[in-house]
Amino acid sequence: MHDAVAELVHDGDTVAIEGFTHLICFAAGHEIIRQRKRDLTLARLTPDVIYDQMIGAGVARKLVFSWLGNPGVGSLHAVRRRIEHADPAPLEIEEYSHFGMVCRYVAGASNLPFFPIRSYYESDIPEVNRNIVPMRSPYEDGTEVYVVPPLRPDVTIVHAQRATVGGDTQIWGLLGCQKEAAFAAERVIVVCEEVVDEATVRRDPNRTVIPGVVVDAVVEQPFACHPSYAQGYYDRDNAFYLEWEQISKDPVALEAWLQEWVHDLATHEDYREKMGAARWDALRPGEQLSGQVNYGDYA
Amino acid sequence: MKDDGYSKNEIMIAASARTLGGELICFVGVGLPNIVCNLAQRTVAPELQLVYEAGVFGARPARLPLSIGDPTLVSGSTAVTSMFELFAFYLQAGLIDAAFLGGAQIDRFGNLNTTVIGDYGTPKVRLPGSGGACEIAIHARRILVIMRQAQRSFVERLDFRTSPGHSGDPEHDRARGWSGSGPTSVVTDLGTYGFDEATGEMTLLTLHPGVTMDDVRSNTGWAPNVSPDLGETSRPTEEELRIIRQELDPRGTHTA
Repeated sequence: MHDAVAELVHDGDTVAIEGFTHLICFAAGHEIIRQRKRDLTLARLTPDVIYDQMIGAGVARKLVFSWLGNPGVGSLHAVRRRIEHADPAPLEIEEYSHFGMVCRYVAGASNLPFFPIRSYYESDIPEVNRNIVPMRSPYEDGTEVYVVPPLRPDVTIVHAQRATVGGDTQIWGLLGCQKEAAFAAERVIVVCEEVVDEATVRRDPNRTVIPGVVVDAVVEQPFACHPSYAQGYYDRDNAFYLEWEQISKDPVALEAWLQEWVHDLATHEDYREKMGAARWDALRPGEQLSGQVNYGDYA
Repeated sequence: MKDDGYSKNEIMIAASARTLGGELICFVGVGLPNIVCNLAQRTVAPELQLVYEAGVFGARPARLPLSIGDPTLVSGSTAVTSMFELFAFYLQAGLIDAAFLGGAQIDRFGNLNTTVIGDYGTPKVRLPGSGGACEIAIHARRILVIMRQAQRSFVERLDFRTSPGHSGDPEHDRARGWSGSGPTSVVTDLGTYGFDEATGEMTLLTLHPGVTMDDVRSNTGWAPNVSPDLGETSRPTEEELRIIRQELDPRGTHTA
């Protein structure tokens, strides 16, 4: 993880750590904090606790997003302090709706100059974000749509259940917009629960979301999503999201948390150990296996 | 819990669930809407398909989801889709019959603010923003709102319009050509509202038991429109309360 972040994430980059509730790679965010990256533009539909930590740690100057909150719990107070009070520094924001953000990645991944959607009608959002532009269809009906610009992150970081060393990446459960964000990016880091051999991927190619051809680094890092989750591997640690509400409210507590849980630890392995076996055991789900399908042997 | 045997949230949940009678495909949010939809599925709308913006169609949650992207929504669902597919093929294409929205502020035409209190550039309170709400408000065939009622939330003028409701000009609304017809119902802790077809204005239909018109007036930022047939909201039934308390929210997280 250290090397992937050191080599592929540069000061001033636009970085997207995607994953909608599911598979949010906190360990990568922590490594970016640990390496004290600066002036990043952070993009994500839902900034979540991970960007609250990163923005609280001072790695970012700008946030691009569509829903800013601690899901199911409350607010992201470090982000809010910067937006509401420029405390300790202002934070530039650029906001869309979820569909708008998703389609920005689609445009970026498809090499399109913009993407049209039916949204934003009679909303104030385009008033505060001039990148959202009304346009008439050039065809007969002249339907009004709004277009959003492509989002092409310098680096997209995704987490997956499994990948090969070559970067062929398989995900199940909520897919969010990781595929779109990866194809849209200049550089891609895949972090996974398990590195598997190529035969495992080839046995079930429908599950491949991102092919190695667009991946620049693969990091095997189990439990890297905590307190987010990996379907079938570990559950969301909701207690942590609740605890974060209190930590995030208090800049001193936030600073202490970052020191204790990020800066004072060398790797995510240390984090995992410090969290303790009991906490991990409590997050392990039961088993619910998929059936099998016959792809057919055509030799 | 009030003396009459149910909480404010419980009557809101029961009243909302009844508005889903006969609906087939419903976009669900976390918190109260999630309990509402699951209650409706067990009572008035057994065919109800639960859709979550995280990319799940036909969810069968085995526990109360803790977030909009809870893993229990995936296990046993009909389909897991990318968010692009969910928003483009399901929502934008007009497959969603009903959706729940809420907000920090609502106006008399059902426009919603989830973005900011105060000025956008110098906010008093920065709220979460749209998420999927803006496009949901436009495309879901009807919008159901569930939120607590107070002067600061039922306002004459929104600080920011995140998600469009009715414009106040029904002719304009019909000419929009949207697949959605906007908000059709609002359920609060004081009563239930519909929207007047001629004006698009929120109209009080029923008061919850024990609630007075004075309570409504003092918690509304405009002079509320009242139906000539104003009635009383039915109390939650024993069966509704049993399902809420024993099956959907046994810890009372959202309902106590």
